[in-house]
Amino acid sequence: MKEGRISSPYIIWMTIFIVFPILLILFFGITIRTDEGFKLSLENFQRFFEPIYLLVLWRSIRLAFISTVICLILGYPMAMILANKDLKMKNTLVLLFVIPMWMNFLLRTYAWMTLLERGGIINSFLSLLRIPPINLLYTEEAVILGMVYNFLPFMVLPIYSVLIKIDKSLLEAAEDLGADSYTVLRKVIFPLSIPGVISGITMVFMPAVTTFVISRLLGGGQFTLIGNLIEQQFLFVGDWNFGSAISIVMIILILISMGFMSKYEKENEGAGLW
Amino acid sequence: MVMSYLKKLYAFIIFFFLYAPIMVLIVFSFNESKSRGSWDGFTLKWYIELFQDRQIMSALYNTIVIAILSSTIATAIGTAAAIGIHNMKQFKRSMVMNLTYLPVLNPDIVTGISLMLLFIFLKIRLGFLTLLLAHITFNIPYVIISVLPKLKQLNKHIYEAALDLGASPSYALRKVIIPEIMPGIITGFLLAFTLSLDDFVISFFTTGSGVSNLSITIYSMARRGINPKINALSTIMFVTVLLLLIIVNKRMSKTNIIKE
Repeated sequence: MKEGRISSPYIIWMTIFIVFPILLILFFGITIRTDEGFKLSLENFQRFFEPIYLLVLWRSIRLAFISTVICLILGYPMAMILANKDLKMKNTLVLLFVIPMWMNFLLRTYAWMTLLERGGIINSFLSLLRIPPINLLYTEEAVILGMVYNFLPFMVLPIYSVLIKIDKSLLEAAEDLGADSYTVLRKVIFPLSIPGVISGITMVFMPAVTTFVISRLLGGGQFTLIGNLIEQQFLFVGDWNFGSAISIVMIILILISMGFMSKYEKENEGAGLW
Repeated sequence: MVMSYLKKLYAFIIFFFLYAPIMVLIVFSFNESKSRGSWDGFTLKWYIELFQDRQIMSALYNTIVIAILSSTIATAIGTAAAIGIHNMKQFKRSMVMNLTYLPVLNPDIVTGISLMLLFIFLKIRLGFLTLLLAHITFNIPYVIISVLPKLKQLNKHIYEAALDLGASPSYALRKVIIPEIMPGIITGFLLAFTLSLDDFVISFFTTGSGVSNLSITIYSMARRGINPKINALSTIMFVTVLLLLIIVNKRMSKTNIIKE
């Protein structure tokens, strides 16, 4: 088989549509527009280190981190329940867990808008209890709730797939040696499930830190995240240079969090993407 | 005993958390009143309005046409690329694979704006064509990732055997290699098709005024506030996905039984 010819459409395609666009972002990121054309400059990055933009970066990382922690706390027990081998209808339950993921991401976020709004279900339920309506939508908590709701399966499924592979005789051995069920969980199950936990954390943190939709719909534009900043620069402000610089910052952020994951994977299994 | 009840309760709460919003959305798509707080009686008027909405119907048409075209083209390019990559030398292969993982790992928003910059740079008007090109671009890697494992499982010698028996390379490719890796190709195609149907972020940046897909339409409607037509639309989409999953599951279990 002549590899050269058969994969050349792909190589050409990816050069035009993947490599070249990334180079464009790099170019715009390290230049500024002057009257005489583009000038090499790090001004865009300097601008990013102004307090208002650092606040946005900090907020993105903080909200994504809180959502990841909540997903882990809620998701780990759920993964354990699903992985229980004695469970009847296990496959159906796992399928039931996956189905909401197949629904359009925007619709899942929109669903929470209708629940949280001032005239929505939760508030009309509260008014039955004679509690005055409270502002639930367009708050920071609403944004976190949206992230947890959308990304919870990304935490549960990797942990679940590691848990079902754990050799049951290991648990029995621990019990035979006198460990109670809490010790088995702490000393055997949890350490063995770490790879699943790590990939769950990355799979929740990465989309949460780059989203601009959840913060726009559930935060109402008051909680600008780094994604919203990029969207604004390109679509409303038209400052491509600054927008590209922020995108480069975002890529670096993603590379760092992936570096964490692959470092861990290498220590454990010696196989990673990098 | 107590533990098992606690587990059931916990699983129930999580499932409630996952499904309650979707169920509310579905129930209120049949609600007479436009407000979400009260139930004013059963109606199908939002569904009728949905099908009369020109904008939504054209978005639906775009979504389906783009999903079919982009996944077909991506499958063709991606399968050929996978066969080529499989036969590359170590160094070149890891170079090309790193390139392939780039759009998978890059945040969607970065892929989206980088493609937007490219189209503006090349002076291609943003619209249907750019949307299609963008979808093909982000679909190809998923096809390659689905096809490559099948190629690795393939016995090297059957291709050589076909050549020894007098088949030309292209004939051997069509009659031996392609049928062997077919399951991977189909998985890749389905994955590409679903990703294209569902994509919002990349489409949002690579389309121009006038052309939109369902996700973009939903976003612009939701940004303006609550709209019962979206409820009707989500009900239809949810039921469609559910039916598709049930059919696929049934087919899979049937073939499993036959194999056994």
